[in-house]
Amino acid sequence: MAAKSINITLKIWRQKNANTKGALETYSLNEVSTDSSFLEMLDQLNEQLINDRKEPVAFDHDCREGICGMCSLYINGRAHGPETGTTTCQLHMRMFSDGDTIYVEPWRSRAFPIVKDLVVDRSAFDRIQQAGGFVSVNTSGNTMDANSLPIPKDDADKAFEAAACIGCGACVASCKNGSAMLFVGAKVSQYALLPQGKVEARDRVLNMVRQMDEEGFGNCTNTGACEIECPKGISLENIARMNREFLKAGLSSEK
Amino acid sequence: MSVLDSKIPTGPIAEKWTNHKNHMNLVAPNNRPKIDVIVVGTGLAGASAAASLGEMGYNVKAFCFQDSPRRAHSIAAQGGINAAKNYQNDGDSVYRLFYDTIKGGDYRAREANVHRLAEVSGNIIDQCVAQGVPFAREYGGLLDNRSFGGTQVQRTFYAAGQTGQQLLLGAYSALSRQIGLGRVKMYHRHEMMDLVKIDGKARGIIARNLVTGEIEKHAAHAVVIASGGYGNVYFLSTNAMGSNVSAAWKVHKRGAMFANPCFVQIHPTCVPVHGTNQSKLTLMSESLRNSGRIWVPKKKEDAAAIRAGQLKPTQIAEDDRDYFLERRYPAFGNLVPRDVASRAAKERCDAGHGIEANDTNEGVYLDFATEILSKGRQSAYALGDHNPTEEKMQELGKKWIEEKYGNLFQMYQKITDENPYETPMKIYPAVHYTMGGVWVDYNLQSTIPGCFVTGEANFSDHGANRLGASALMQGLADGYFVLPYTISDYLSNEIRTGKISTESPEFDEAAESVKASIEKILSNNGTHTVDHFHKRLGLIMWNKVGMGRNEKGLKEAIEEIGLLREEFHNNVYVPGTAEELNQELEKALRVADLIELGQLMAVDALQRKESCGGHFRDEYQDAEGETLRDDENFKFVAAWEYQGSDSTKSTLHKEDLKYEFIKIAARNYK
Repeated sequence: MAAKSINITLKIWRQKNANTKGALETYSLNEVSTDSSFLEMLDQLNEQLINDRKEPVAFDHDCREGICGMCSLYINGRAHGPETGTTTCQLHMRMFSDGDTIYVEPWRSRAFPIVKDLVVDRSAFDRIQQAGGFVSVNTSGNTMDANSLPIPKDDADKAFEAAACIGCGACVASCKNGSAMLFVGAKVSQYALLPQGKVEARDRVLNMVRQMDEEGFGNCTNTGACEIECPKGISLENIARMNREFLKAGLSSEK
Repeated sequence: MSVLDSKIPTGPIAEKWTNHKNHMNLVAPNNRPKIDVIVVGTGLAGASAAASLGEMGYNVKAFCFQDSPRRAHSIAAQGGINAAKNYQNDGDSVYRLFYDTIKGGDYRAREANVHRLAEVSGNIIDQCVAQGVPFAREYGGLLDNRSFGGTQVQRTFYAAGQTGQQLLLGAYSALSRQIGLGRVKMYHRHEMMDLVKIDGKARGIIARNLVTGEIEKHAAHAVVIASGGYGNVYFLSTNAMGSNVSAAWKVHKRGAMFANPCFVQIHPTCVPVHGTNQSKLTLMSESLRNSGRIWVPKKKEDAAAIRAGQLKPTQIAEDDRDYFLERRYPAFGNLVPRDVASRAAKERCDAGHGIEANDTNEGVYLDFATEILSKGRQSAYALGDHNPTEEKMQELGKKWIEEKYGNLFQMYQKITDENPYETPMKIYPAVHYTMGGVWVDYNLQSTIPGCFVTGEANFSDHGANRLGASALMQGLADGYFVLPYTISDYLSNEIRTGKISTESPEFDEAAESVKASIEKILSNNGTHTVDHFHKRLGLIMWNKVGMGRNEKGLKEAIEEIGLLREEFHNNVYVPGTAEELNQELEKALRVADLIELGQLMAVDALQRKESCGGHFRDEYQDAEGETLRDDENFKFVAAWEYQGSDSTKSTLHKEDLKYEFIKIAARNYK
């Protein structure tokens, strides 16, 4: 389909830093190619703002091909915008029409404090990972041969599907409780499904859930918004599996 | 002796690494906590190094500019990772991986380094599986493999189209464990601004906290640079937006040589440029060339009609199509190596056969119609239908394609809004990987003692062209299995040094000069944005230091970039202040380094009067338009010494390449 140009109005959340109050500001942007990605549209806005000697909008992004998980944005009330299974960087302006008003806000969650404008601090996810999201194996040239541990294809595929999480935080932002259980459930599941993860399974789930609670994330009430908004289609089953792992750990735990 | 001592161990090639390891000095476990190491970058090379050094007991500080170490651009690698496991029993071996890599690199890589890479490749797979990386498996539960360009065996391990993601998250998990244990301190949203040298040795870095703008001093006994490649010098590339050369360039400015900067990999199958506001290019995996046929219209008027929207590709008759790779390279067809495929597409578009309606008409078709029909017929047979209708074959064929490449087809459709099941994909080459980088010896140490460089940031393993699925292998080999040994050998002399203090004139000088350069760029009050200059740099690079280079164009590029550098420093406008999150400032500081590097790339390309791998000089080709190497005069690594921001002043040092174990020969893919 041939590209066309559209004119849009943007309502963007501006906030100087974590300690100041923010507000929505209105901007008009003309001649946006429908072939542009949403972030390219923001680049265009920033060029305009800078040329007008105004401060550009800060937003997180890096790979722009839907895999690094750095981009975020709440667009018209939905994490990563109107298209399902899509990160903001892969959302294209052909999803919008001439004359549209588009609302752009940062992730909203107590555990993700705002750094500036649309940039939030997601280091809570890193700290959850540090609490147990690993297999304790040191680097050595002498680990056993990779094929000496056959793993049923089905288990490997399911572990891969869980491991496909990009850590963007859309699940948290979409959840009315600000819960991180889809993110944590995916990591717990990846290891719970693999024999390599079994040895530390109990400590892992207890430590990761403890850290998740300490970071101020809410609990899951099975609404399922996270699964719908997840750009990688991470399944709710992972939360169920984490809950089973957690219960099991609680029953056998001596700690 | 040359200033470049490669320190290649003596002895037979297969014993060099083992013997070298056996004779290196060690640091005893009780001494390691007294030693600090800085690692810059948390991709495969950096995260694996930081994790391994943390496990050993060193005090590690790791830095990344992203909001989390998990974002590094290794994550975007699609296809796979090579390893000489020979699980498929198809004749693979360490030697064969070694040989394929040297040949693929067009005989411009160092034999000893490449052999070591092949030796440790198997360990990488073992290590990753032990960490819980979910590689693709067969129904028997064992690991699956596929093949990639430039090889005749199946040695590529993969995790769907997300191998880089899974490997990086594996390294990130190992790094996270060390952070949790307190052995690695992580500095995210931090950018390295300079290297600090004391008495000639690397003793720390100056970093900028990207949230507060604070300029920080970090001291260490050794510094590891694992900051990736410099493809973003072209503005448009498959690299992440933040990928940059600055850490490597700062080290270069402090005295480390920069090797073979002109060796750039331009990947043949990427989604073409759509317009002037485009920010980056997206790769379509090399694996698609297994099923797709590449063509352009034979007649220029057909190409023009397609660009004008008057003709559709499906309306072009079979006889009016030019399957130019199959025509020129019957033996390898659509599966020639990346550099060869890219040049052939450019040649057709330059001749007026390009099909994309963008400014440059640059685009060719990657067509799956033949494969859809043939796989459709196969599937119908398997279902017992020996006389399938055209519709049935179409239906079953598309299903086969979807199973194999579904995610790529979906990604393509999202970007272009065209359905590649119904109409051929439009593709064009794009900048993807840089083989050049900081010069390192066999121990991965630069010409600055104590400054080590790993992964894409160094130059060492891929010669003039990297084979598919070898970048992931090198990143992890360096970080898990090479650096931990070689850096310990260096650090064994540091156990009596004691803590390095940041209270020194050297740290003060470096910090002050960083602050001054930031102040200068912010008070410039020029008239153009950073992107304005970056795009202009990219255009010069793409047109004159891109897929086809010649003396005239390179000389023009050198001059134009020199002028651009001056204009940038006089006329760039960067809003905001230094004491806050300022993304324009970050970009400006990176682009300043990219401009200097771009000029050096042109200087390097000009001196290399031969064609090899990704470096194609129009003047040096054979009668059929293939690369013409000059082994007599150019069988060397070009290592440049910094002499100021004008890269034409840089001085050239040569490391002669010796081929003792592989016979040097012309590459032939016909």
